[in-house]
Amino acid sequence: MKKLINDPADVVKDSLLGVEAAHPDHVRVDHANKIIYRKDAPKQGKVGLISGGGSGHEPMHGGFVGLGMLDAACAGEVFTSPVPDQMMEATTKVDGGAGVLHIVKNYTGDVMNFEMAAELAAADSGIEVKSVVTDDDVAVQDSLYTAGRRGVGVTVLLEKIVGAAAEEGRSLQEVADLAAKVNAQGRSMGMALTSCVTPASGTPTFDLADDEMEVGIGIHGEPGRKRLPMASAHDVAALLVDPIVSDLPYGQGDSVIAFVNGMGGTPLIELYIMYQEVAQLLDKAGITVARSLVGNYITSLEMAGCSVTLLKADDEMVRLWDAPVNTPGLRWGA
Amino acid sequence: MTEPVSVEEFTSWLRQFAAIIHENARLLTELDSAIGDADHGVNMDRGMKAVVGVLDGQEFEQPEALFKKVGMTLVSTVGGASGPLYGTFFLRLGGAMQGLEKVSAEQLGRALRAGVEGIVSRGKAEVGDKTMVDAWSPALDAYDAAVGDGLAAALNAAATAAAQGRDESTALVARKGRASYLGERSANHQDPGATSTTMLLESAATALS
Repeated sequence: MKKLINDPADVVKDSLLGVEAAHPDHVRVDHANKIIYRKDAPKQGKVGLISGGGSGHEPMHGGFVGLGMLDAACAGEVFTSPVPDQMMEATTKVDGGAGVLHIVKNYTGDVMNFEMAAELAAADSGIEVKSVVTDDDVAVQDSLYTAGRRGVGVTVLLEKIVGAAAEEGRSLQEVADLAAKVNAQGRSMGMALTSCVTPASGTPTFDLADDEMEVGIGIHGEPGRKRLPMASAHDVAALLVDPIVSDLPYGQGDSVIAFVNGMGGTPLIELYIMYQEVAQLLDKAGITVARSLVGNYITSLEMAGCSVTLLKADDEMVRLWDAPVNTPGLRWGA
Repeated sequence: MTEPVSVEEFTSWLRQFAAIIHENARLLTELDSAIGDADHGVNMDRGMKAVVGVLDGQEFEQPEALFKKVGMTLVSTVGGASGPLYGTFFLRLGGAMQGLEKVSAEQLGRALRAGVEGIVSRGKAEVGDKTMVDAWSPALDAYDAAVGDGLAAALNAAATAAAQGRDESTALVARKGRASYLGERSANHQDPGATSTTMLLESAATALS
């Protein structure tokens, strides 16, 4: 597998050097701790928002650090959770006296490392930390007996909406409650046309024939729930939207933010074809699209494929969605 | 009666475990790529290399301090789920040896159990979930059953039982960890965490007996 890298062991380090060089207007980078943080952190009186996870999902999370979104993002190795030391350091860096919210995707490693960080932060620094764990992936069904649903696409929407609320000066409790509400009202489902190759292993994480697709994937190159013959965008859209709509459920008269996300290796032209299929399905179901987002925002290295996320959004959420944001990965109104 | 275990012997156990992890890093990563996210070998190798770095640079007077430092090092370097799980194991193992200069076979058994209780409370997995607990749980029982015959017998029994637990869990459908997302498709794959746990106990049997 050809990759534009130097040493596979230096992939995260080298990419953080690039982020720092490319975005001096938005962020600073702590290379020792692999933390990307807002240039103006800590903002006094503002709740600090931290996320983090394995690398390989860019622009999430580092690309969402800046005005109106995250205060810091901790970068783990590729597809590996960061460690508690990073999260504690980030917590200290962004605390402006109003407490810190940890935004954690529900993957076993991320949850355990953030838990240890919150325990240690409370014991060592006295900074008030709350956490929200996103778990929006409807592909995981029997969540009672498993590690639970994975946190995927809704994480991007949550970071934007909750970031706007924190920017307005809301309290840690209010910000945490809003985060829980966004997570509760969002659902996602993803599919892959190809596997992906981690730099360290050099081989695809699973094999997929030219005429097959994986449905119900996560974002770490893990295979999905089932393998099906390749189908048209029209049919794939239904495979993704139907389980989402029936899960929450979303219904006639609901208003949503609709997010068609690329997994990293699918061109925008295909993502827009998927979006119009999704929009038609929602229209048929009587669901109004209040806002949309189309592009590669929560990726899985060079995996081809996409995910669909729907977030049932009231007027307040839509207002926060529209609020100014100025980050390397998402920018409007600022 | 076996001689109680000293800090030096525990140190050589950790070095042997690091060497075995390094030799098998690719195997562990391959097992993980089938049902997880293809990083268990790489992550454990990075963590145990850091532990060896600590052992090279620092002398420990008591097992408690040694294992607590090992635990914190793993938490800080491994990442993923294995970091908190193995880190918590060694932190609790050390905590259970508080004040001891040397550790008897019975004391080691109790400390191992405390370590595994840490893994269970951190990971919330039970026997049959297809995780490292499937190797740990029978290993602790086998250790306790054999400890009357001395440390070597107890550790050998534990290593054998861990390997058996690992193999028996291969057929299972995962209910915890990243493999659980595969549902039925996780069956008939060997669990990487149960595999590295078996290596930890096999290296103990070699180094401490």
